[in-house]
Amino acid sequence: MTAPALRVGSPQRYDRVAGPGRMAVRAFQPWLVNYRRTWRGTIYSSVLMPVLYLGAMGLGLGTLVNQHGTASLGTVSYLVFLAPGLMAATAMQTAVGESLYPVFSAVKWQQTYQAAAATPLRPGDIFRGHLLFTTMRLTMNMIIFLAIMSLFGAVRSAWVVAAVPVAILTGLAFATPLDAFAVSQKKNDQAFNMIFRFGMIPLFLFSGTFFPVTQLPAWVRPLAYVTPLWHGVALCRALSLGTADLAGALGHVAYLAVVAGLGLAAGARSYRRRLHV
Amino acid sequence: MGCPLGVPKYPAGPVIHFELSQALGKVSDVPDPDALIRASGLTKRFGQFTAVDGIDFELRRGEAFGFLGPNGAGKSSTMRMIGCVSPPTGGELTILGLNPVTQGAAIRARLGVVPQEDTLDVELTVRENLLVYGRYFGLSRQVIAERTARLLEFVQLSERANDHVEPLSGGMKRRLTIARSLINEPEILILDEPTTGLDPQARHVVWDRLFRLKQQGVTLILTTHYMDEAEQLCDRLVVMDGGKIAAEGSPRELIDTYSSREVLELRFSTFEHDQAAEKLTAVPADRIEVLADRVLLYVDDGDAAMAGVRGLALEPLTSLVRRSTLEDVFLRLTGRRLEDG
Repeated sequence: MTAPALRVGSPQRYDRVAGPGRMAVRAFQPWLVNYRRTWRGTIYSSVLMPVLYLGAMGLGLGTLVNQHGTASLGTVSYLVFLAPGLMAATAMQTAVGESLYPVFSAVKWQQTYQAAAATPLRPGDIFRGHLLFTTMRLTMNMIIFLAIMSLFGAVRSAWVVAAVPVAILTGLAFATPLDAFAVSQKKNDQAFNMIFRFGMIPLFLFSGTFFPVTQLPAWVRPLAYVTPLWHGVALCRALSLGTADLAGALGHVAYLAVVAGLGLAAGARSYRRRLHV
Repeated sequence: MGCPLGVPKYPAGPVIHFELSQALGKVSDVPDPDALIRASGLTKRFGQFTAVDGIDFELRRGEAFGFLGPNGAGKSSTMRMIGCVSPPTGGELTILGLNPVTQGAAIRARLGVVPQEDTLDVELTVRENLLVYGRYFGLSRQVIAERTARLLEFVQLSERANDHVEPLSGGMKRRLTIARSLINEPEILILDEPTTGLDPQARHVVWDRLFRLKQQGVTLILTTHYMDEAEQLCDRLVVMDGGKIAAEGSPRELIDTYSSREVLELRFSTFEHDQAAEKLTAVPADRIEVLADRVLLYVDDGDAAMAGVRGLALEPLTSLVRRSTLEDVFLRLTGRRLEDG
């Protein structure tokens, strides 16, 4: 049996180096091919987690809270207060989950980033390709969350639809700097546990998701205000309750966009430093 | 659309250039028009450490060009600069007539790279690995499917097309990496240590495939620390050591220049070794190399030299007459063996 003749170096008609947008789409595709294998499991948890949290905290714990009086919550039931905050917090968790370990695995354990870097893709394309996938996952999870929160009757305004893009932006404000950080890790994933323990968990608990930040001691409050999650929680909540005003909304969006934008610049830099040594 | 009808595709420019150069007596300075890669004074530093220390070389179309040297010689750093994933610190590098720093993506679109680590996506199937990689080059699914069938047949993995990569043997993964590197029909194929870590049988299969590629006119550039690999695959090679090029030529030229026709290898018992090595200086030889476990006599006629050894009443435990290899060239040039690293 003779092997077939291979063509090499033949003139090619296709456009081999495209603009940044199309290059990012090329870099996005392997994540999609991989996701085809695992999507079912991720959908189960995307549905189950909001149901558990809204059921246990919103309905269960909420019964006690509501008896105590909800003036500090804006005179809505605890469930209605909690749901939009939890939406933003879920976006953060999704973003963290799609950033740290997947990026570190691609650059260290499997080195699929290095494989991609040998092709026309530039480090920035590889970074933005991964962000496209993160955005897709955030979009899926936020739509699912909105559907479940509606089924729980936790929505007060049609403006809640606008909370979906706000939550996605909140997620990206975490994903971009965390991608930048994860890709720069040379040896191991030890730093990630610190991020979970001293970053994500305190943010999750103290950024206004479960109780208003005004309940915190005055000196701690500024800490909450600088975290992207608080801005996401505050705006998602205002939209869901129908209490949002334009100036406040623009302020929150601008803050989140700046953080995401800084992360975008940092990521482009750290991907280049790692993949083009 | 090309050029208008009647206008020759190539104006007389290069010819004039040639005549001018000839008139000036600098023919050898005219850049080889077939050179796909041209490096001069190419340097790569990482902080204080100089990995590649001002090397010059040219890669011509259709040849198989090798970098032979021990681990840490700067081979991989050179390959990464050629692969446009490592900007040079100094010197000049032109690949396919382009600048790797500013036109890296356009160059990479025309290269095939087989890295030292396979960098396959082990969670995907064999076929999906080629699909994903082909998409990086912007190839359509149809084109990728056609090429995948051909490439998998070439690397003898057609039966495993729908299997996951994880359970494949090291040799199969390497062959898949080679198939992957050919998906864009590259003009230059870059292989960094293509058979390191493979068992001898798997290595021969890879060599066979690379040899076929070479016969089909693929331009190969490879690094290796196996002298037999360099001898089998390379038309021309450079011996690299400590970030510098120690010698350049075809395997035959290098052996003719830096070694003798034959080598007599003698092994003595441990306590006789030093004494015997001293006595052997009486045997006429181009050079004597005393290694920890053997003594090598570089001679024209190994059997005649062996007779000379017997004449000294020396009784080696084993003796072997062989032809000179690139290993001997390396030993001569650097005073070390390739495997010493």
